[in-house]
Amino acid sequence: MSEPLLQAVHLQCERDRRVLFRDLSFSILPGTVTRVEGPNGSGKTTLLRILAGLNDAWSGELYWCGEPRDRQRESFLRNTLYLGHRPGIKPLLTPLENLRALTAGRRPLPDRVLRQALEGTGLAAFQDVPCRNLSAGQQRRVALARLLIADEPLWLLDEVFTAIDVHGVDALEALLLQRAAEGGAVVVTTHHDLRLPGMHRIPLGQEEAGDD
Amino acid sequence: MTEHRRRLASSDVGLLAAMKAVFLRDLRVAFRQRQDLVNPLLFFVMVVTLFPLGVSPEVSFLREAGAGILWVAALLSVLLSLDHLFRHDYDDGTLEQLVLQPQPLFLLVLAKTLAHWMLTGLPLVLLAPVLGVMVHQPGNSIAVLCLTLLIGTPALSLIGAIGAALTLGLRSAGVLLSLLIIPLYIPVLIFGTGTVAAAAEGAPVGGHLALMAAFLVLALTLAPFAAASALRISLSNS
Repeated sequence: MSEPLLQAVHLQCERDRRVLFRDLSFSILPGTVTRVEGPNGSGKTTLLRILAGLNDAWSGELYWCGEPRDRQRESFLRNTLYLGHRPGIKPLLTPLENLRALTAGRRPLPDRVLRQALEGTGLAAFQDVPCRNLSAGQQRRVALARLLIADEPLWLLDEVFTAIDVHGVDALEALLLQRAAEGGAVVVTTHHDLRLPGMHRIPLGQEEAGDD
Repeated sequence: MTEHRRRLASSDVGLLAAMKAVFLRDLRVAFRQRQDLVNPLLFFVMVVTLFPLGVSPEVSFLREAGAGILWVAALLSVLLSLDHLFRHDYDDGTLEQLVLQPQPLFLLVLAKTLAHWMLTGLPLVLLAPVLGVMVHQPGNSIAVLCLTLLIGTPALSLIGAIGAALTLGLRSAGVLLSLLIIPLYIPVLIFGTGTVAAAAEGAPVGGHLALMAAFLVLALTLAPFAAASALRISLSNS
């Protein structure tokens, strides 16, 4: 079996004096889709931010390809794509400019490829419109266009299905499955009822039951 | 396992290329929102105009106080613009993506700060001679004043970046930002106005300018690190 990309051992996180999760251990293997599950406030976003390296308020161990993540920081950052609630789209820039700026520090791509990615998310007609004139769903699609051209093996996607229409959801589910089939690993949090064949689960929000 | 390793991409974007991308994006965004560009300049002009109106339009007073007035006004307008440095990026999530870029964060912060200086500090320096004439500064003083602003304003941007990064997660950050940053601005202000005063008396200013340059170098080497750490803390708490 292949080596896990990301491995969490005994993760614990406390927020506002409330334990969100403790003793959480899991492995993210290449070729899998993992869904972080739990009710509102159970720490799904926090867990994803911890995995992405944005949140430092945790204890436990995180391994990237078998080595402590903090010692492999550059390799980890280069090979992980994180999309959060706020997708990093500048309202004043056009979708193309946004996409160019977001990929410039990781893997600069020719505009032709970027335009194709935008066309792939249904934004062909909006490439040169400032993003503030686009709808919420269209702005999400600009961020999702990154997924079409991403070469990062690990994707951490927080609430990606928000504000996306039915067709978009189907396309995105297909994309995640295709990604897993290609050997990538995807971790998602979503309130959307995501059912993918072979999906792994990380359940959160069971602490309260024990504590109260 | 080795096959798996090989599938990991290495970071093949040069540091300068990544910094340039950040820098150019900030410039592009700023020129799409010209209001934010003009505001600090208008503020600068108006504060300087208030002194002849409110204190005294006497030539003797303005000649003596002019350099100080210009420096304080420039300092305040830089302070006014600092809140924008990271705020918009924080709100739209660009900052998260910046922190997650494989390049060292302090270099990207340096690129952002440089863009901030180009958009606020440099226009102030260019506008200073006009206002210098308005407050009856002699030509020699104006030249030295612009030189001190040219060395001083980048330091103001760099130091300010630390405060802007620290107060990022707070809702009403403006006042706290001023309280944090103004004490750190005092040395720059003292050396800046001191240099112009020395020039007005005909004393050599080489030593003064060297000290200011030293201060700039100090800010250039330390501030990006501090600001980068502060950004991580602010993001970690959000």
